Amino acid sequence: MTKEELKEHITNFQPNAVFDETGEWLNVQVEATEWKPFAQWLRNDLLNMDYLFCLTCIDWAQTAAGKTQAPSNSPPAGGGGVLTMVYHFSSTVFRHTIVVKVKLDRNNPEIETVSDLWRTAEFHEREVFDLFGVRFLHHPDLRRLVLADDFEGHPLRKDFDDPVNMIKL
Amino acid sequence: MYRETQIINSGHTILSAGGDLGGAADGGELVINVGPQHPATHGVLHLVITLQGETIQKIEPHLGYIHRSIEKMCESLSYRQFIYVTSRMDYLSAHINNHACALCVEKGLQLEIPPRARVIRVLMDELTRIASHELWWGAMAMDLGAFTPFFYAFRERETINDIMEETCGARLTMNYMVPGGVMYDIHPNFQKRVKDFIQLFNNKIDEYDDLVTGNIIFQNRTKGVGVLTKEDAISFGCTGPVGRGSGVPCDIRKLYPYEVYDKVSFDEIIETGGDSYARYLVRIKEMRQSIRIVEQLIDNIPDGEFQAKTKAVLKLPKGEFYSRVETARGELGVYIVSEGGTTPYRIKFRSPGFSNLSALDHISRGSKIGDLMAIMGTLDLVIPDIDR
Amino acid sequence: MFSLEHITNSIQQWLYSTFNPTMALILECTIVMLLAIGLFAVLGLVLVLMERKVAARMQIRLGPNRVGPRGMLQTAADTLKLMMKEGLTPNGADKFLFNLAPFIVMIAAMLILAPIAFAKGFQIWDINIGVLYVSAVSSVSVIGILMAGWASNNKYSLLGAMRSGAQIVSYELSAGLSIISIVVLAGSLQISDIIASQQTGWWLFRGHIPAVIAFVIFIIAVTAETNRAPFDLAEAESELTAGFHTEYSGMKFALFFLAEYINIFIVCAIGATLFLGGWMPLHIGHWEGFNHIMDYIPSSVWFLGKTFFLIFLIMWFRWTFPRLRVDQLLSLEWKYLLPISMFNLLLITLIAIMGWHF
Repeated sequence: MTKEELKEHITNFQPNAVFDETGEWLNVQVEATEWKPFAQWLRNDLLNMDYLFCLTCIDWAQTAAGKTQAPSNSPPAGGGGVLTMVYHFSSTVFRHTIVVKVKLDRNNPEIETVSDLWRTAEFHEREVFDLFGVRFLHHPDLRRLVLADDFEGHPLRKDFDDPVNMIKL
Repeated sequence: MYRETQIINSGHTILSAGGDLGGAADGGELVINVGPQHPATHGVLHLVITLQGETIQKIEPHLGYIHRSIEKMCESLSYRQFIYVTSRMDYLSAHINNHACALCVEKGLQLEIPPRARVIRVLMDELTRIASHELWWGAMAMDLGAFTPFFYAFRERETINDIMEETCGARLTMNYMVPGGVMYDIHPNFQKRVKDFIQLFNNKIDEYDDLVTGNIIFQNRTKGVGVLTKEDAISFGCTGPVGRGSGVPCDIRKLYPYEVYDKVSFDEIIETGGDSYARYLVRIKEMRQSIRIVEQLIDNIPDGEFQAKTKAVLKLPKGEFYSRVETARGELGVYIVSEGGTTPYRIKFRSPGFSNLSALDHISRGSKIGDLMAIMGTLDLVIPDIDR
Repeated sequence: MFSLEHITNSIQQWLYSTFNPTMALILECTIVMLLAIGLFAVLGLVLVLMERKVAARMQIRLGPNRVGPRGMLQTAADTLKLMMKEGLTPNGADKFLFNLAPFIVMIAAMLILAPIAFAKGFQIWDINIGVLYVSAVSSVSVIGILMAGWASNNKYSLLGAMRSGAQIVSYELSAGLSIISIVVLAGSLQISDIIASQQTGWWLFRGHIPAVIAFVIFIIAVTAETNRAPFDLAEAESELTAGFHTEYSGMKFALFFLAEYINIFIVCAIGATLFLGGWMPLHIGHWEGFNHIMDYIPSSVWFLGKTFFLIFLIMWFRWTFPRLRVDQLLSLEWKYLLPISMFNLLLITLIAIMGWHF
């Protein structure tokens, strides 16, 4: 399916979705509250996005845009900013690809898990939870994946600072 | 210290490898720790396995023993520098990792690569793939208790490493690809040595089949073991030989051809068995396909520049760039978020091993401990690739 | 012609003429003991070196070649190293059993040495139930292995020991049945009688195909019984790190290691005795000249040659085959080898009764 067709289908299901066509693939931005039904629709309905090939998160704390773009439903708190969940989907049947972005409040990042729809998400979400501190609701086994359980902080956040093991050059 | 608490929190109280028998708990279940130092994990992977007799009830991978936070490091490295770090992810396909990063930066810069560089890159990729599969073949046979194949595999792999050493100056972490092409031109001996290698390899690959593939014990150990259905393979995001062993066409070289892969003829190997034997066959056959690609290209390296002209300091425009390549283990995605600076704002490596590992628990439940070695062997996990 | 028989006889005569009978017997026992221990030490060194050389040969590498001429002293250096090592006993282990286990395994291996005829008239104890004795005593080593696995208080060890127990107990059956088929042919349990019955030809050749089948089953079964690859599930280093001897170190580990090689030697010696005529030279029917030339080769050379050929065979297996899985191992025994060897035994009995063998 072409970008336009994809866009049309998505608009039919999710009228609020915001599109961005600058990149290689169609970018769709949805609200965190609408995410789960949207994901279910992506997975099961005519788009048949059965292959989640990348799941990650971006911390926008250091950018000007990130500070102002707080999600509309919660007022930006002190040191606010957003985290963006980025999901790359592809369909092994139709070979079309879309990127779905969900903005989260940086102080209280919560989103529904999709590990029941794409099983690879279970590990990827644990990794994001570990490194960004995003809580995935209803995740079957949400624990830190690479870091120790008593580790404090989320290293891939922009404000993370480790005085002992310096990462910055 | 950290690690111990993690294990306790996950419901087990066994600290040492093997652990003491006091931990053998309810229902006749036995919890054993395989790794982080264990002959079969090929690296510092730690699996907490719940056993009922010899049957596996549950496998819980514990990662992080070699996590270097490469993604975070890359955020403070320039677009030229960060490529070198990625050689240390999947060190067996270091070239291909570099390739993915170079492609991503080039995508951002909208850089046109000289044809010579493209062909050299593909040649190097395929040689790396053969070297990686050879190591896998030897290591997998060793996991199953046959030691000798390991040495046979290394005999040929050494030849590739020597070729790499001559052209790239390194044997394992080559760092040969740079944005815009390759770092140096190929060594004058390169073509001759690669041709010698092709000849050698074509003679030896049949030996591999004689030694391992046809062995009845080997077939019994791998057939029907660790079956991953097509649906599960897609759902778990399994790519590379693991995905193709389950019948998923997922070869990036075919689906989204990069460099000159659309100009060479080779077959995408797909087996439908989904078991360890299918995954094994895919890799063995892939070696033959790789050598086929090398054969087609080695005499057709175009003349010209080996590197495009680039600025001294690379700056990617604001935006997001994603490139994907087929490493020896599957699809490697590089996702760069740029804010227009000289360093990536955020970089994410979608590594094939990570997704393949996530299927481990699912496909090994109900198998024996001995099967686990076959399964892990055919998943071909490289731990730094998983931990990054 | 060089013969060990003369030496042993003259020593015995000298002892009995010099001392009173009790004293002479004690002295004889001491000499035998020293010889047995000496043989163990030498065998351990030789077999480990041989294994490493054979492995190297198969794996296109050189193997040990630094210590001594062509690496001959490598194993001696290894032994020295192992002796210097601290023999650790884990904290949670059952200390008594843990330390006892290697000795049990070792003693079991030593005991089987008794009825083996190393050369013509060179045998420690020509007991009239020789073969039965060997089968009985060789099962004792499993107790040592189980003891080691249990007492180590390590899960890998326990799993290895359990596997080993299941394996040895199962394969004992087909090994026993193969042995019995030769007993049936020879009509005696005594080792010297069995060897003597092969004067005109080895049982492997005289017993038609059933004897060959029995021989193949015997080799498979003893490979399994000695925990050698492809049946080394008790150790299975890629699965269980080192199986039942994971927690052992230093000399205690060396004893297990040594016992493994002694066991190989013993089972191969038994195999050589039963199927290949022991120290009996190769005789072919009525070729008097040929047989005469063969007789000039000392009987000890014949015995050791056959035994080391079988040992080489077993080493060859180890460096060629992948390992079986535990359930495949047991189904191989119970579903294939055992029925085949039972049927084979019937055939051999028929052959023996009808006198169809050569």
